[in-house]
This record gives sequence, structure tokens and C-alpha cells, in this order.
Amino acid sequence: MKVTITIDRRPEIADPEGTTVKRALHDLGFTEAASVRMDRVIHLEVEGDDPDQVRGRVEEMCRQLLANPVLEDFAIEVDTETR
Amino acid sequence: MKAAVVVFPGVNCEHDVVYALRSLGGEADLVWHRDTDLSDFDGVVLPGGFAHGDALRTGAIARFSPAMGEVARMAAGGAPVLGICNGWQMLCEAGLLPGAHIANRDLSFICRFEEVEVVDTNSVLTRAATPGQRLRIPLNSYEGNWVDPSGTGRVVLRYVGDPNGSQERAAAITNEAGNVVGVMPHPERATDDLLGSSDGQVLLESFLHSLVPA
Repeated sequence: MKVTITIDRRPEIADPEGTTVKRALHDLGFTEAASVRMDRVIHLEVEGDDPDQVRGRVEEMCRQLLANPVLEDFAIEVDTETR
Repeated sequence: MKAAVVVFPGVNCEHDVVYALRSLGGEADLVWHRDTDLSDFDGVVLPGGFAHGDALRTGAIARFSPAMGEVARMAAGGAPVLGICNGWQMLCEAGLLPGAHIANRDLSFICRFEEVEVVDTNSVLTRAATPGQRLRIPLNSYEGNWVDPSGTGRVVLRYVGDPNGSQERAAAITNEAGNVVGVMPHPERATDDLLGSSDGQVLLESFLHSLVPA
């Protein structure tokens, strides 16, 4: 099934890329862009039929490798329609 | 007494480190990152470069290389472990040093000499140096901006300027015991006046003098 992982840098950690993009948006007149964070999305296709089991394994992937616990939080979305 | 210089796919400073350590009278050999026996060695250097192409995050994949188990074991036993540039990033990812690295504050790849000041000599990188001593060493990194929400990293070298936004202007940090050190500028590239500076010598000599038989 398809799994989407969103990895967000914690709000208290600087995001130099987001700051630069925000500045560019303001230069273009989009001054309403009050905050820009360049978070990451990872798309996985995972073998398995049990959504809970798939979620548990993907959580483990995030803890071990995909997210850095010092900097980042993660959220997992399992698409049960695509099994 | 011999140092292992671990070669990961994509690092590019391993020969410089071996050359520099040998030119200072030390013994050093390259080992492959899949090696699981470092018992012939009394210390380890993780060299700079772009292990695994920096995929995912710098150092994130390298930290799972088989040799890193040995590195952790040696670190726990008090052996000198030095991560230079990408090597520091690996040590943070591996949890052997606190914090993590993000892109430089101004999003520029910095490749120039930087002046650093010795602020703590209780580490395997700085023990032969003098507090307050200033050293000119090349910085060569995009993700040298160290952040440490835990506040537990002990800074041993501090940038005189503020090139990349690194917390506490840290250019090198150590663990509580002082035997595991991460440094962002490259001491191995400043070991001969022909290279524009020999200020890195005192740092690598510190490391060599810290090697004791395992």
C-alpha cells in the first residue's frame, strides 16, 4: 500500500532555505507569505495487507533512518485504498 | 600506535588525512567502511567528503556502515575518535556527539580559510594547543551549521567570525570525556606552509599524542 511520510523540521530549528524562499516570495510581491518551511515528503510503496502493521514498520523506518530526532518530527499517512 | 581512517563511498579526504598524519610521524591506514574488525587500531578518523552522496541527510546512511559499530565500541572505551567535516556529521547522526547539522545560514557552500580560536584544550583534538590560540584552517562545507537543542556539546574550537550560523560559533565540539571530537574545518589541509597554513598540525598532533595502545 501507499504510504506518505511528512518530515517537518521542528519550529524552533532554523530553516535557512525556507528563509531564503520567503525573501524571494516577498520580492515578488507575495508579502502575505508570513512563514515558509521547506519540509520533506517521502512516498513509499510498502508490501503488506494490514494497515496497522504497515504503519508500525514505517514508524520504525522513521525512527531509525528517515527522520533525525534532533531536528525533525514525522507524520505517517497510510492509504488503505491502494492495497 | 595506529589510526584507522575509514573510507565510505563518497568521502574524498581520506588520503589527505593519512598523508597528514604520516607526515607528522604518526601511523595511519585506510580501512573500508564494511570492515568490522578495527582491533589493530588505537583510534579512528572519519574523513570528510560526501558519504553516500549526502542522500537523505549528511551522514545519515554512513552511520549504519558495519565499521561504525567498531567506532562506537572504541569511543565507549575511551579511544580517540575524530570526525572531520562529513565525519562530524556522521558522529552526530550516530549519536556519538550531540546535535545535528543543517545548511549554512546564508545557503552558501563555504570554501575558504577561516580563523578559529582554541577555547577548550580538554579534548583529543586540542590538548597540545594553547587556550586562546588562533588557527587558520580551511572550511569546506555546505552543512556546517551545527545545532544542539540539548545544549550538551562542549565547544573546543570557535570561529572568530560567524561564517555559517553554527550554534555558539562552534567549529569543533567534543563529548563529556573529550575523546570523541567533531570538527568542521579541515586540519589535514593545513599541515604544510605550501598549503597556505600549517596551523592544523597542532590539532593532528594532539590526536596522535592521544593514541595509546588499546
